Order: sequence, then structure tokens, then C-alpha cells
Amino acid sequence: MTNTPGPPEPVPSRSADADAPDRPVSAGGAGASVPPPNPDGGDAARAVRDEGTFSRVLEPRSQGRLPLGDGTWHQLARAYVWVQLISLGALFVGVAVVAVALQVVLRVQWQWIPAAVILLVTAAAMAITPRQARSFGYQLRRDDLVFRRGILWQRVVAVPYGRMQLVDITHGPLDRGFGIAQLKLVTAAASTGVVIPGLTQAAAEQVRDTLIEVAESRRTGL
Amino acid sequence: MTEVGAAAPGESRGDGGVPGPAPRTPVRSPLSDGAWHRLHPLTPLLRGGLYLVVVIGFVVANLRERLIELFLPTFADLPPGEVPPDPVDFLLSHNLVLIAVVLALVVLAILLGAFRLSWGFHTFRIGSDDVEVRSGVLFRTHRRAPLDRVQGVNLTRPLLARLLGMAKLEVVGAGLDANVRLEYLSTREADAVRGDILRLASGRRLAEATAPLAVQGSRVRQAADAVGSGLQGLVDGEDLSDVAPDSIVRIPFGRLVASRLLSGSTLVLLALLIGIVVTATFSTFWVLFSVVPAFLGFGAYYVRSVGRGLRYSVAPTLDGVRVTFGLFTTVSEILPPGRVHAIEVRQPVLWRPFGWWSISVNRLSGKGATESQADQLAAVLPIGTRVDVERVLHLLAPALSPAEWSAVFRDGILGPVPDDPYMTTPLRARLVRPLSWRRNGVLLTRSALFLRRGWLSRSLSVVPLARLQSIGVRQGPLARAMRTAAVTAHVIAGPVQTSIGAIDRDDAVTLFSSTAAAAVDAAAGDRSHRWAG
Repeated sequence: MTNTPGPPEPVPSRSADADAPDRPVSAGGAGASVPPPNPDGGDAARAVRDEGTFSRVLEPRSQGRLPLGDGTWHQLARAYVWVQLISLGALFVGVAVVAVALQVVLRVQWQWIPAAVILLVTAAAMAITPRQARSFGYQLRRDDLVFRRGILWQRVVAVPYGRMQLVDITHGPLDRGFGIAQLKLVTAAASTGVVIPGLTQAAAEQVRDTLIEVAESRRTGL
Repeated sequence: MTEVGAAAPGESRGDGGVPGPAPRTPVRSPLSDGAWHRLHPLTPLLRGGLYLVVVIGFVVANLRERLIELFLPTFADLPPGEVPPDPVDFLLSHNLVLIAVVLALVVLAILLGAFRLSWGFHTFRIGSDDVEVRSGVLFRTHRRAPLDRVQGVNLTRPLLARLLGMAKLEVVGAGLDANVRLEYLSTREADAVRGDILRLASGRRLAEATAPLAVQGSRVRQAADAVGSGLQGLVDGEDLSDVAPDSIVRIPFGRLVASRLLSGSTLVLLALLIGIVVTATFSTFWVLFSVVPAFLGFGAYYVRSVGRGLRYSVAPTLDGVRVTFGLFTTVSEILPPGRVHAIEVRQPVLWRPFGWWSISVNRLSGKGATESQADQLAAVLPIGTRVDVERVLHLLAPALSPAEWSAVFRDGILGPVPDDPYMTTPLRARLVRPLSWRRNGVLLTRSALFLRRGWLSRSLSVVPLARLQSIGVRQGPLARAMRTAAVTAHVIAGPVQTSIGAIDRDDAVTLFSSTAAAAVDAAAGDRSHRWAG
């Protein structure tokens, strides 16, 4: 405990080693500090994250694809597909009903142009949702979080824990009904764009707590 | 002087390795001693007073009839053609002069009182860990910026403020609308305060004695002195007394003008002119008249961009790179080490015969999203030869090793060379980079990621790994068919392009994982938030 004298610091005892790599005194001694525990956690932590999720990341068939690499990918909850299908289906039905009502009651035709566009896009989204949901994945590696998504347009991002500015969990009423939540990582760069849309709420909270803990132990400047 | 700074409540942020209640860093300016101070007494005049006078004059001159209609409705229904009476004539003819004068004086006194009051409530404090500003009479605001997150300190001197010998100081914070403004201070004070802020932020502890307090005269005396030295400063040119290192680049006026004329906007102007002339010749003649506004607009643009580059200087200081420019409104910014998130060296195609380059950087400007004024300082070097570019890059990226410098100049800016270290576009994907596929490449070194692009107009982006926020690789269907991928370095927003496409898939994946690892190491070893510690 290398506590500093002077003004009382209302910080938990964890700050002693948490702040150690941040001190200019230990310049260049990043490797000298004790390696923090594995953020992926033990079997219990992994079980929380993998409860009710998909079990295999879906990839493009072409051999030119971005490879999965090693390490275990955690995936989205299966309930996410249902949430997406229900909300997209509701939109689909709503637009169709309005369009038909306009046709029947007011005898107008023009609404079919925007309605058809919306209906087509929604139907396409509903068709790809089950596959797309399987393409999401994240890994909690030792120093960074890796996130991947997409089949047609693949995207893989690695975010060092020390760069996270905040972790955001949001869930709407439908999400709550199915017990899922959306987790968003924010760094100083707007282009990072890591949003994990359908984790079970237990997994989301567990990931958030883990991220905040490791981010604190590896805090760096901007 | 009271010692308040050491007991500041912001002390509990266990960072920066401050060993407890250390003796306060000796500071040069009496304003940065950790106690609350007020801004320069002439501040209200510059902040609002002159505008008020202008507004009143404008209103009286333009809206005379409206005012009469509003306040004296009897005159509103005049017969057409008759000029409404002048308010001054009206006052004179009705013996209301005294009342009018008294009213005007009362309004003026109230306004002056309000300004004086708001000035009195506007205080700032520069402690050893943060800069704080309190303002507002009814609605109090209190803003505190931690010094270890300072992204730069700007000193802006608009023409009017320069005449009065005053300057705006802006402490750039990290985040949207996160700047702390101290406007106005006298130029001398502002410069000393800036030095102090940077010195405190650097974590350096100088054993210098506090500068003796200047003898304070009366307000009038101060104002007269300020005007005098301001005029002198206008004659002398630059008057930054803190550290006045020489600029490492010099931009001749002719080159500046030529570079602006040879920029891409000239091509746009030419295309526009040709379009207008062709249209006028073949169909509608009146289109020709739109040449005039086009010329006016572009002329204003050229004058503005040339004016921005005048009296331009880049100089190394102990606390970072100091960039100064501007003819009438001089802006001088110090960018501390480790605040540059990405650097791009660029050469538009028309500059190529002359060997000119420009440098722009991504950095946190702390401006709000609504602030429309463009980030002028993003262009760190508006125009320069290769020698200039090398010097400025050495300042901006001091961490690069000699081996990496060859990656910058020999291979990156002028490349490709025969033994090219860059990962470039594979032969099978040259259709998507028909001209630049040999040059389009990326290189990871120990401390930075280099992205090389463009064959006609060349550019090289340097992303220091210690500032990299995250790294991404992506692939669409076309790229997958060609077994390529695009790599993007995610840094804070700015003009620098940090993405490169059409890289071999395996190379891209290797680069992705090695960059991710290198970025973690670089960030862990980075000490630049307290750069002198």
C-alpha cells in the first residue's frame, strides 16, 4: 500500500496497485507490475456469459473471409432473434395495416410507394436476422476486447481495455420481456462503434463489471 | 497571496504521482498562485460593451421609423410621402432633452453596473491540479479542468483586443465543449499564465522563485499602459515574452499565395468558370452574371486562407509545439507532447512539381459540436518544403526512432522504394487501386502505424500507437472475392484519414493482431499526460 500522505483520498484500497502503472515514477515499468487476472474469468463467469447463447459463430463461406482466429467467442442470446423478429414484424404489420386502411377508407394509392419500400426492407431484415445474429461475437482477451459482426460485411474491432471511456447498457420494454440488453462501449474515437446488441441481462451486467474493473486497472491517458 | 491550491478538493484523483502536499510549483505570474483572481478590468468592454454600442447605433440608424412607430404611435399614420420627424427634432421641439439625456444616462449606468457586477463574479483560479472558472451572477457556473488532461493552451488576440494589449486564453480540454476560457487577460499576463498552466500540467517542479509582483497603478494608468504596449506590440509584431524560440519554418509570401492558388479549390473554380461560359455560349446568356459572385466568393476564400498563413511560425518549446499565425487576429497555440492523435502529410497533385507538402493533425480541440468555426489549427503546416516537413514532423512525433524516420521519408512520403517495408495491395487487387496499388500500403513499427496512400496526390498518415483508441479490420463481398481487407485505425475525429483498403487478407489479419498488441504496450508505457514527470 503506497498510500500518499496529505489530503485524504476517499478511494478503495484497490487504488494502490490500480494506480501503480499510472505513476510517472515507474516509467517504462509497465511489464514490471503484476499481471492482472484474466478478464475472461473462470468457468463460472463464462457460464453466465454463455447461458442461452448461440454456440457457433456464423461465417461467410468464401475462403477469403476474415478468419475467426483462436480464443473462444462469446455470442448473443438466442432471445435476441425473437426480439428483433417481433419488433420488425410489428413494424411490418403496422405499415401494411396503415397502407391497406388508406386504400380502403380514403381510396388513395400513392401510399404504396413508401409503404412498399418499408415493407421490402423490413422483410429483408427479418429474413437475415437469424443468420446475422449468429455472426456477432466478442472475446475478452488479456488486454483488449475483440468484437466481430457481419457476414456479408464483416467487421472486427479490438478495443484495449484502457481506452474505454464508458460502458452503456440499454434495454427497452421488449428487451426486458425477453431478458436481454444492449451493451455499448464508448472510446474517445467515435469510429470505434462497438455495440453488442443482445446479451442476456446477467451477461451484460457481468461483462460491464468486468470491463470497468479491468479498465480501471489499465487506465491510460487519452 | 493565500495558499489554496494544495487543499483543492480535486486532489483525490490519485494520478500524476503527486507526492502528497508537495510545495507549490513556483509560478511566474501572480495570477496563477492558486488563489481566486479576476479577469482584466477592461474585459466587459471587449466582451460586450463595444458590441452594445454598435448594436444601439445600428438599431437607431436602421430602425428609426420602426422605433417611432413602436413608441410614438401617433406618428405612425402619416400621410404617404411625408418623412416622419426625426426623434432628435421631436425631442428638441418638445423640450424633452433633459429627460432623454437622464434616461440615457440611467440606462448606461445600469448597463455599466451590470457589466461591472458580472466582471466581479467572473473569477478564475489556477491550482496545481486544475484550472477553475466561476462566472454568472444569478446562474452560477463553475468549471474545472484537470491539468493532466489539458490538450493544449491557445492564446487568441483579436485585432481590437490587441490594440488594448489583451488576449484570450483558452485551456483546451478533452471532450465536446470542454474548454476553459479566460478572456480577457493582458497579453503579458496571459502569456505568463499559459506558461504556468503548461508547467503545472507537465508535472515539472521548477525551483524558481515567484516573480515579484508588478507595481499596480490606478485603473486608468493600467489601461493607458495596456494601450501603449499594445500599440508597441502591433509595431513590433510578436511579443510573446515567455519563451521566444525561433520558428523552424518560414513561409515566403509568394509561396503561400502560389500554394493557395494551386489548391484543389482552384480546379473547382476553373471547372465552374468553364461550365458557366459554356452554358452562356450555348443557351442562356444571363448565366454569365453569376461569374461575379463566384469570383467574389473564391476571392474572399483565397484572401482568408492566405491571411491565415501569414506570420506563421512553428517553434519548439519546453512544453510542446507552439504554432502561431494570423495577421490581424493572431492565434498562438501550444500543443503539449502526446496530444497529437494522428498526423497526415499530404501533397495535392498541383503541388507536386514544386515539392510542397502540408501537414494536418487530429487533436482534441475541445470545441462544442455547435461551434461552427473551423478548427484552423488542424493544419499545423499549411505549406512547406520537404525540409520544413521533416522539421515539423520531428516536433510532432518525437518518439519515432531513426529507423522509423526512414519509413516516413524514404519509403512513406516518397515511396515506394525497391525494398519496400510496407504491406501493399496485392497484384490480384490492383483493379481497385489502378494507379496507386504499388504505393497503397501500411506499416507497423514499434511506436506508430503508417498508412501510405495515393499516387497522383500522395499522402502519408502517421498514427502514434500510444494514442490509438482501437483498431478495426473489415471486409465486404468484393474484397472477400479478392482476398483483401481494409484496416482502420480508430482515433479521435479530425481531418486525417486513418483507413486503408485493399490490403492482402492475411497481411491485414496479422497487422490487426500485432497492432492491437502493440497499442496496448504503447499505451501502458505512455507517460505523456505528465510529460516532464
